[in-house]
Amino acid sequence: MAEHQHKSTRKSAEETDEVAETTVDAERKEKLDDDVDSILDEIDDVLEENAEEFVRSFVQKGGE
Amino acid sequence: MTVRRIQGSEVEYGIAVQGQPQANPMIAATHVVNAYAAAHGLTRRAQWDYEEESPLRDARGFDLSREAADPSQLTDEDLGLANIILTNGARLYVDHAHPEYSSPEVTTPLDVVRWERAGEHVMRRGAELAAQISGVAPIMLYKNNVDNKGASYGSHENYLMRRDVPFVQIIRHLTPFFASRAIICGAGRVGQQQDGSVHAFQLSQRADYLEEQVGLETTLKRPIINTRDEPHADPKKYRRLHVIVGDANLADVSIFLKHGTTSLVLAMIEDEFLVDEEVELADPVAAVHTISHDPTLRATVELADGRRLTALDLQWFYLEKARAYVDKLGDDDPEPEQTTAVLDRWESVLTRLGRDPFACSREIDWVAKLSLLEQYRERDGLEWDHAKLHLVDLQYHDIRRDKGLFYRLERAGRIERLVDDAAIESAVTAPPRDTRAYFRGRCLERFSSSVAAASWDSVIFDLPGHDSLQRVPMMEPLRGTAEHVETLFENSRDAGELFRAITGG
Repeated sequence: MAEHQHKSTRKSAEETDEVAETTVDAERKEKLDDDVDSILDEIDDVLEENAEEFVRSFVQKGGE
Repeated sequence: MTVRRIQGSEVEYGIAVQGQPQANPMIAATHVVNAYAAAHGLTRRAQWDYEEESPLRDARGFDLSREAADPSQLTDEDLGLANIILTNGARLYVDHAHPEYSSPEVTTPLDVVRWERAGEHVMRRGAELAAQISGVAPIMLYKNNVDNKGASYGSHENYLMRRDVPFVQIIRHLTPFFASRAIICGAGRVGQQQDGSVHAFQLSQRADYLEEQVGLETTLKRPIINTRDEPHADPKKYRRLHVIVGDANLADVSIFLKHGTTSLVLAMIEDEFLVDEEVELADPVAAVHTISHDPTLRATVELADGRRLTALDLQWFYLEKARAYVDKLGDDDPEPEQTTAVLDRWESVLTRLGRDPFACSREIDWVAKLSLLEQYRERDGLEWDHAKLHLVDLQYHDIRRDKGLFYRLERAGRIERLVDDAAIESAVTAPPRDTRAYFRGRCLERFSSSVAAASWDSVIFDLPGHDSLQRVPMMEPLRGTAEHVETLFENSRDAGELFRAITGG
């Protein structure tokens, strides 16, 4: 989901860049994961009980 | 014209009664509408006036005979179902087996967002009020288009166009645009094929129900271009383009882009800006399905000249044309800010969709929904046939504030807003100021007991001292605005005074 970061093409700087990026990405990913977990937890709490039965009984008449 | 155009939207809501899958949806829908009417002083309900309605008239120039029509196409016969006009100029009624909110006529895409979302408030309130009636079980409403078992119900757009534009030009230039439009305004669906028998995600709720390129039907063999020709306005001057390909959107940006980009394409068609270079699909209906079934956006569809393009390519084609068109217009654009906003957003969304669709999860419904679904799939290891994923799909559209997943995302700041709550709240009761909806809405607000009937193009008064009902025709959508009639309302103590001021009697 994160946009790709533009990597430096300078050979000498490449290694340092990558190390820095990895750290940032790891932190960011962790934060994103926490974020995702929290929204899923929130949604878990409001999802209708018995998903299968609920979805099966949602039958509509056709409209326009 | 550019994004400025007389337009509006109609949304049929999915309906279910808690714990009663066998409940009659017409009765439930009637409860929603009547409960809303009763609580808002609309108990002497103005009847809908059907005089100018002709749902069987075809834009290609012939009338479908009533005998040949399927009974579900007859919408102009009052079935005794609830049907009211709101003070914001909208129509709230029961259509087939669904409660429907038809927004008042507005002139910009942003106002469509505002008054369409006001409709969500109206429906939610109607359901809450119905639940207070003793003996009525809680009613759940869904702003979606499918039950995933074969039934679909519509979310239509309406755009007023110049009558003198040949319909074949509309068909020709609009078809490839509509076929590819789902990438920017699809609402997302778990399930492919009308009955959901293929377990996979797709961009659009409606795509699999489109079976023809052009046609009059809206309830069966649905076409990409619908030919219903009921302008609700001066038919010599206007045609109303009735668009049935769209999904019911929840995200502001999706609604804004849907109406804004379509308005721009229609402006180009009216000004013959697309005639020199065009794209023509080899098989439009197949293209709609192919594009909707591919969330990677890499699928290509064949053009009549043999080339193959992606939906993104097609949308870029229209965007670049629109940029050139707007440049050419220069200072002649009556709505420059929104036109620029639509063009910039369109470009930004297409750019990001091409790079990584999930970068649009705050703006585009199908991306927001897919993002949620993918998170569930990853965390719980679910396949696409899992009931929980179907439930997430359905509940994304639940319009209850606590239960609706879209609202949860929006409240958590995960969805971008274009119109704030205060503006939506005020649009629940206030009409737009710049169309005839202003006159209609104010009549209902001020003098509802004297309004015997009303429709898009008329208000009929029942006045003391008159033996017959007095009909005020409103065939011009840009008359009856606040600018024209606000002072008349201020100076009229009753409907009789207003009527005399209008008619000079």
